[in-house]
Amino acid sequence: METVTAISPTYDVKKIREFFPVLNREVNNQLLVYFDNAATSQKPQVVIDALSYYYSNYNANIHRGIHTLAEEATAAYEATRNTVKGFINATSSEEIIFTRGTTEGINLVAYTWGRKNIKAGDEIIISTMEHHSNIVPWQILCEEKNAILKVIPINDVGELLMDEYKKLLSSKTKLVSIVHVSNALGTINPVKEIIEAAHAAGALVLVDGAQSTVHLDIDVQKMDCDFFAFSGHKVYGPTGVGVLYGKRDILEQMPVFMGGGEMIKEVTFAKTTYANLPYKYEAGTPNIAGTIALKVALDFVKETGKKLTRNHENDLLRYATEQMESIPGLRIIGNAKNKVSLISFVIKNIHPQDMGVLLDNQGIAVRTGHHCTQPLMNRFGIPGTVRASFAMYNTKEEVERLILGINKSIKMLS
Amino acid sequence: MNEYKNIKESEKEITDEFSFFDSWEEKYEYIIDLGKRLEPLDERFKVGENIIKGCQSTVWLTSEFRDGKVFYKADSDAIIVKGLISMLIKVLSGHEPDEILEAKLDFIKEIGMMTHLAQTRSNGLLAMVKQIKNYALAYKSVNAA
Repeated sequence: METVTAISPTYDVKKIREFFPVLNREVNNQLLVYFDNAATSQKPQVVIDALSYYYSNYNANIHRGIHTLAEEATAAYEATRNTVKGFINATSSEEIIFTRGTTEGINLVAYTWGRKNIKAGDEIIISTMEHHSNIVPWQILCEEKNAILKVIPINDVGELLMDEYKKLLSSKTKLVSIVHVSNALGTINPVKEIIEAAHAAGALVLVDGAQSTVHLDIDVQKMDCDFFAFSGHKVYGPTGVGVLYGKRDILEQMPVFMGGGEMIKEVTFAKTTYANLPYKYEAGTPNIAGTIALKVALDFVKETGKKLTRNHENDLLRYATEQMESIPGLRIIGNAKNKVSLISFVIKNIHPQDMGVLLDNQGIAVRTGHHCTQPLMNRFGIPGTVRASFAMYNTKEEVERLILGINKSIKMLS
Repeated sequence: MNEYKNIKESEKEITDEFSFFDSWEEKYEYIIDLGKRLEPLDERFKVGENIIKGCQSTVWLTSEFRDGKVFYKADSDAIIVKGLISMLIKVLSGHEPDEILEAKLDFIKEIGMMTHLAQTRSNGLLAMVKQIKNYALAYKSVNAA
């Protein structure tokens, strides 16, 4: 058994690791090193237990039943909404809409708010570092409405060119949809400044919080964003549940998204009236178990302490960056001043996929490829990167194994 | 006379080779070496219509039909994929369409490289096997016509 020591003296990473059963697993005869946290984080036992407990004890469809199980399930489901409200500091739990994930949240806004409000000649601004899920929905909308998609450029270290952004803003701008933290670069974008400038131009702002919610303190009121979307599975929660926050007055005026059960007030064949917020946007039976377990995940993150976790992860980032910079031929993609604990890199004459395969054989899970950010990869003139992204349970020893693994792989490949 | 070994014999040659390797390092070093030694594909073949695009690596594949046999040439930007390609070409190139279509390619599993076939989205290897067989099928129907 390797010894695990915390970098930050007040942060007991060994204890935290004990919550995550998968970390005991061996891959290719070695203890797993999981550095693919930006794709999805591992789940603590309490989250796994919540899923299993729900199905074992009170599985029922929510909101409609009057029996005990339905009431318990409904209460637990709605308790998550309340927890999410606190987690991102929304004004009211009615502003919290459950989705399948960030992608669905963005699409919901594009298909409802977008369809209603975007007209020919209007402009939507995104950035070079968007994930495909914050590009494609707007492209579809712009194509349909003859609207124009504008893109904020970035500099060589992977930061938005804010002056260029401000030049793009005009009375034609209806929406700015921007990633809070880049999944491929780690860059933390100055969303508050972006939102202020957009609002001054009369545009709304959607913040893609897929990567930021796990690392940063999220306060949608302070940020003053109009929409904020994130996924449960990147915050130590289950897959298949996410959140779209929207300002109440905007959500109220938006048309419905999917039609079906749950989202209606009254249905006749002549006309259907819709339910109030947030149910108006929650057609069909949702991911009840996943949503209930999301509460447990968010409570877990809160109890662990985001600030402590962030300090620990930043220590790992600093250490890994230092070590990687000493590897000949290795180039880190994304050197923003403000970034989360994630390192994307390329190595001269080595394809990222080859590096990924050889690291996997050493029990180290990283992500390789374009990270669903092809325009960003084109900006850097590369087909993809190798990405190591850190979470609360990663250790300095694991970073050391990564560095050894990279060096060994380079040797094998050259 | 066929100057090439039959497909089963070529597969066996590869599995025999791999049976000497004790560690994953030896296996991959061998594959990497095969990749490096694969005859480079002329740039003029590296065009869109020959691309088999995986999510991560790109594979180029061309074929030629000569004397009733299909000959393949291929390349990739990733060296491990290239090594695996080299083995596929060694096994399949120079055979009649029917033989190629019938090939089960069990050797891939036997040498422990099945994961590379399973990762359909991340590399083009499975797509490449499909394309190799598509060419064989096309030549077969041309031949029959």
